[in-house]
Amino acid sequence: MPVSRALHRRRRIVNLLGLTVATLATLFGLVWLVWILGVTLANGIGAVDAKLFTEMTPPPGESGGLLNAIVGSAIEIALGVLFGTPVGVMAGTWLAEYAQVRALAGTIRFLNDILLSAPSIVIGLFVYALVVRPSGHFSGWAGGVALALVLLPVVVRTSDETMRLVPATMREAALALGAPKWRMVTQVIWPAARTGISTGILLAIARISGETAPLLFTALNNQYWTVNPADPIANIPVVIFQFALSPYDQWHRLAWAGALLMTVVVLALSVGARAALRRSR
Amino acid sequence: MSATAHAAAPPSPSRRRTRGGTGDMAFRLLAAGAALLVLVLLGLTALSMLWGGWPAFRTFGLHFFIGTEWDPVAKRFAALVPIYGTLVTAAIAMLIAVPVSFGIAVFLTEVSPRWLRGPVAAAIELLAGVPSIIYGMWGLFVFVPFMADHVDPWIDGTLGGLPLIGPLFAGPPMGIGMLTAGIILAIMVVPFISAVMRDVFALVPPPLRESAFALGATRWEVVRKVVLPYTRTAVVGGIFLGLGRALGETMAVTFVLGNAHDFSISLLAPGNSIAAAIANEFTEADSEIYRSSLIALGFLLFVVTFIVLAAARLMLARMARQAGR
Repeated sequence: MPVSRALHRRRRIVNLLGLTVATLATLFGLVWLVWILGVTLANGIGAVDAKLFTEMTPPPGESGGLLNAIVGSAIEIALGVLFGTPVGVMAGTWLAEYAQVRALAGTIRFLNDILLSAPSIVIGLFVYALVVRPSGHFSGWAGGVALALVLLPVVVRTSDETMRLVPATMREAALALGAPKWRMVTQVIWPAARTGISTGILLAIARISGETAPLLFTALNNQYWTVNPADPIANIPVVIFQFALSPYDQWHRLAWAGALLMTVVVLALSVGARAALRRSR
Repeated sequence: MSATAHAAAPPSPSRRRTRGGTGDMAFRLLAAGAALLVLVLLGLTALSMLWGGWPAFRTFGLHFFIGTEWDPVAKRFAALVPIYGTLVTAAIAMLIAVPVSFGIAVFLTEVSPRWLRGPVAAAIELLAGVPSIIYGMWGLFVFVPFMADHVDPWIDGTLGGLPLIGPLFAGPPMGIGMLTAGIILAIMVVPFISAVMRDVFALVPPPLRESAFALGATRWEVVRKVVLPYTRTAVVGGIFLGLGRALGETMAVTFVLGNAHDFSISLLAPGNSIAAAIANEFTEADSEIYRSSLIALGFLLFVVTFIVLAAARLMLARMARQAGR
């Protein structure tokens, strides 16, 4: 049967071709990863020295470090976590434990998922209108609020999901002992969902550590040392943005050093959190 | 639940019971308030942008969307160039990212040996973890020169002379421009799209796949004629999710687009996008109408990404229901 043999051969060739192209596509994806991380590492390593952690961001042409930006970034991230986490965990608690009107809970989950991938530059504009404009100046507070808004949907989603995984028997056991519902939630559900909630927070911290757009019009930047959130505050992403687009070699070096620092922190946090999440499931 | 409380009531001292009651009420209100805040924030974001962009919409009217002049000195603003740039860069990104993501998902579900799946999936996931400003810096210092030296001249030479589509690919080999931005966006959204595809491919019931294999279908035929039709809705949902990200991505494209406000049909010429225009110009906007025009662009971006992402979530939810989760 020559016809069917030819058909068979053609199908096998198409199969081989399709699977080969799929493998090549995967290699294509991995090449970019290696290229980007390799370049960041190569350029960043050379620019890391002791001054990076001990000196302020320099004016053009002078040597310096990123101390004010590193501390500023830590302050901004801490503010974001401080503002965003309690609201996020409470909202997740309501969705998982209290929402009796299913339509409302469904709507909130749906909109929260959209917020999760909404453009972060829009959040920057919103916080500009909400905080910067009424107060009349850029400030660390505004940057913290912007980062909190980026963090919020991640925490809401992970805490909602992990709390719903807690077995109903544990709720019933707590209520049967006469515990009011709020004690059941705080002393049974939260501890049982602790790993999931905290890895969610870690993932959210990884996300906001790499965000630039929400800080551009809120925390802005500051060439000098400050730990006061009422002032504009230096931070790694905005320093990278300004230094990388400048014409000065010394600023480029510092931008690469900042880029390496940020990439290491962000990837370590997100890989660690994901590994912990996988182990707990 | 109230029935249980009543039944348990008599022996316990009433003071404790009421304290538990008020504690319960306060806790419930706090939680409900936090959940409602998510709704309120989304609404406030849209409202504040509409409010801020209103002067621009009112002053320039429909012309704001179809005109090309962007003149801070004469205070005349029309935003076709950034709107066009956003759409074109996202389209280029999708043209590259969709087939590549599909290939990765097929590799992970059909080709790869089991021991390799985890590491490869984790590596692709890592691409999603790299901060977008890193893509921007790498793009500016490494990828733009690469495009200028190796890719742009070749495209200009081979495709630039063609009739009809020639003008799209003709231009000076500067490296910056919409093509470069589109490619970088593609790399950034591949992990999101391929993760969704891989997850939904795994939801196909094994009996379906097995019956196709039993009929003598090849692996590729199973993917094309069983897996893909079964997961179509969710696959499109995953693509929309990637599209929503590509439209709103800011830092990576800001570095490589060139922030030009002159309209150019060529993909090799410097361009602009909504997000890049806002990032570049907002802090320098020196007049009320300038700032309002940028916020109006932000409103437009917000509305468009909201629609795209909502469509994505609806399609993914349908797949989840179908799979009985």
